[in-house]
Amino acid sequence: MTEQTYAPGTHPDLPPPSDTIGLIHWLKTNLFSSPVNSVVTLVAIYLLYLALPSAFNWLFIDATYVGETRKDCAQEGACMAFIGERFNLFVYGFYPAELRWRVNLAAILLAVAGAAVLWDKIPARKHMLKFALAYPLIGAWLLSGGFGLESVGTHLFGGLMLTLTIGVTGIAFSLPLGILLALGRQSQLPIIKYFCIGFIEFIRGVPLITLLFVASTMLSYFLPPGTTFDLLLRVLIMVTLFASAYMAEVVRGGLQALPKGQLEAADSLGLNYGQAMRFIILPQALKISIPGIVNTFIGLYKDSTLVIVIGLLDPLGIGRASVADSAWLGLSTEVYLFVAVFFFISCFGMARYSLYLENKLNTGHKR
Amino acid sequence: MSEAQSNSTTEKCIEIRNMNKWYGDFHVLKNINLEVHKGEKIVICGPSGSGKSTMIRCINRLEEHQQGDIIVDGTELTNDLKNIDAVRREVGMVFQHFNLFPHLTVLENCTLAPIWVRKIPKAEAEATAMEFLERVKIPEQANKYPGQLSGGQQQRVAIARSLCMRPNIMLFDEPTSALDPEMIKEVLDTMVSLAEEGITMICVTHEMGFAKKVADRVIFMDQGEIIESNNPHDFFDNPQHDRTKLFLSQILGH
Repeated sequence: MTEQTYAPGTHPDLPPPSDTIGLIHWLKTNLFSSPVNSVVTLVAIYLLYLALPSAFNWLFIDATYVGETRKDCAQEGACMAFIGERFNLFVYGFYPAELRWRVNLAAILLAVAGAAVLWDKIPARKHMLKFALAYPLIGAWLLSGGFGLESVGTHLFGGLMLTLTIGVTGIAFSLPLGILLALGRQSQLPIIKYFCIGFIEFIRGVPLITLLFVASTMLSYFLPPGTTFDLLLRVLIMVTLFASAYMAEVVRGGLQALPKGQLEAADSLGLNYGQAMRFIILPQALKISIPGIVNTFIGLYKDSTLVIVIGLLDPLGIGRASVADSAWLGLSTEVYLFVAVFFFISCFGMARYSLYLENKLNTGHKR
Repeated sequence: MSEAQSNSTTEKCIEIRNMNKWYGDFHVLKNINLEVHKGEKIVICGPSGSGKSTMIRCINRLEEHQQGDIIVDGTELTNDLKNIDAVRREVGMVFQHFNLFPHLTVLENCTLAPIWVRKIPKAEAEATAMEFLERVKIPEQANKYPGQLSGGQQQRVAIARSLCMRPNIMLFDEPTSALDPEMIKEVLDTMVSLAEEGITMICVTHEMGFAKKVADRVIFMDQGEIIESNNPHDFFDNPQHDRTKLFLSQILGH
C-alpha cells in the first residue's frame, strides 16, 4: 500500500488495485473462491475430460458422413450419412422436388423481411418494412401456389419448412393480437373487457393438443357442409390464438409495471388514447415484457412439434418416421440429436436477439 | 401590488361551482367554490390528505368530479371527450414525480405533444422546445434521456415540456416535494420567472417563501374543504381560522 497523502481537494483518481481485475482475479472469484468451490471446479473439469473426448470421437472422428445404407456406417461412430440421405425430407417434407425452389425463394424473402423488422439499421428501412408487411401474403402464395403458380396441398408441407411456417406465422400474428387482448382486458367498456377476459382464460385453460384436435376434426362440424377449410390454415389459426392468449398476459404484466404517472402525463399533454398508447405506454410496456414475449415465442416455436398428433410431420415427426425405416434401424440418437440441434439453434438465436434488444432499448432510466 | 394585478384582469379563467367528489364512500372534496382570473397566481396549501392535489387534478380531469360544475376557459368539463381534450390542450401540468417519458430524449419529451396534438411541423416544434429548454436553463441536455439528469433538471424539463404546448394555465402539483434540498431552489426560480410573465398558475406547494413572493391568493384546505382564501400578506400575518393558524404554526415553527 502506498502511504502517499494528498491535500484535501487534490486527491487524484487512482487505478484499482491489480488483484481486483484481470483473468487471475476472475478465476479466483468465480472458480476457486472457497475450498468447496475449488473441489467442485476440479471435479467438473475431470468429468468434462471424461465426456468430451469420447463424444467428440463419436460425432466426428469415428463418424460416417457419407453412405447409402446402415451397412456403410462404422459401428463405433455416429451414422450421420443417414441424416445426409434424409436431409431434403427434413427440410422440405413431402414438398414436390421440382417446386422446392419456391420454398427456397420464400425462405430468402423471409430472411429479408425478418432483417427489416429485427434490424433498424438496414438501408431504406421504410420500404423494407412495407415489404415485410406484405410478406405473409407473398410467402403464402409462394408456398401454397394458386394465382399462376401450381398449387401445392398443405398436407405435403413438412419438416423444417413446416416448423418455420407455423413458428413465423404464430410469432407474427400473436404479438399484435396479444397486445389488443391486453389493452382490451383493461378497457372501460364491459363488453370488450369481458370478451377479452373470457377468451384469454378459455384458451389458457385448454391444452394446445385439444385445440389442435378441435382444429383437425371438430371445426368441420361447425362449418357449413361442403366448405373446405385447409387443415394447415386451421392449425395456424389455433396456434396463433393459443400464443396470443399467453402473449396478452405477458403484455398486461408490462402494462401494469408502468407507473400511473406515465398515462397521466400523456393525458395532461392532451394526447388521445391511441397516441398515448402508441408513443408512451406500449413502447415502455413492451420493452419491459421482452423476456416474457420471447419466452412465449420460444414456447410457441417448440409447441409446433405437437402438430404430429394431427398427422402433420415437422422435423421431429419426420425423425420419428425415419427411425422406423428398416434400412436404417437403430439410429434414434443421431436423428434426435439432429432435431435437437436444429431447435436449439433457432431458440438460442431468439434468446440472444432478445438480450440484444433489451440492451439497445435501455435508456438508463433503471437506476 | 398583487391585488392590483388580480383586479386589473377580471376575465374568469377557471370557475369551480359547488363541486363535490367521492372516492367510493369517502367524501374527498366538499362543496368547492373557486374562481381564478386570468393571470392570477394561486398557491394551495394544507395538510396531506386534505384534497388539494385531487382538486387541481379535477381541473384537467385526471380526476372526475361527481357533482357541481368546472368551467375552464369557457369549456365545461363533462364526460364529453372533446371537451376534456380541449381543456387539456390549454392546461399544462407539472407533477410531483416529474413523469417524464424515460424512453424518449428530453427534446422528444418536449416535442411529442406539440407535433401530434397541436399538429406543429417537427422543425418548428423543435425550435420551440429549444427555446423553452433555454428558458429553464438546460438546452445542453436536449439529447440526453431523463434518467441521465438530476431530479431538479428533470423537473425543469417537465416544466418546459408543459410550456411547449403554450398553455394558458399551468397547474403545479407539489413540484418540489420529491427533490433534494439543493435542487428545490433551481425549480422555484424557474417557477418565479414563469409567474413574472403573467401566465395563470395554480400551485400546490408547501414552499411558503414561494407563496409569499408570487401568490396573489393563498388557499388553505383541510379535510376536503377550502377553509380560508386570502392574499398572502393577510394569510400569513393574520390568519382567520384556528385550523389555519395551527397549520401555519406547524410549518413555519422551525
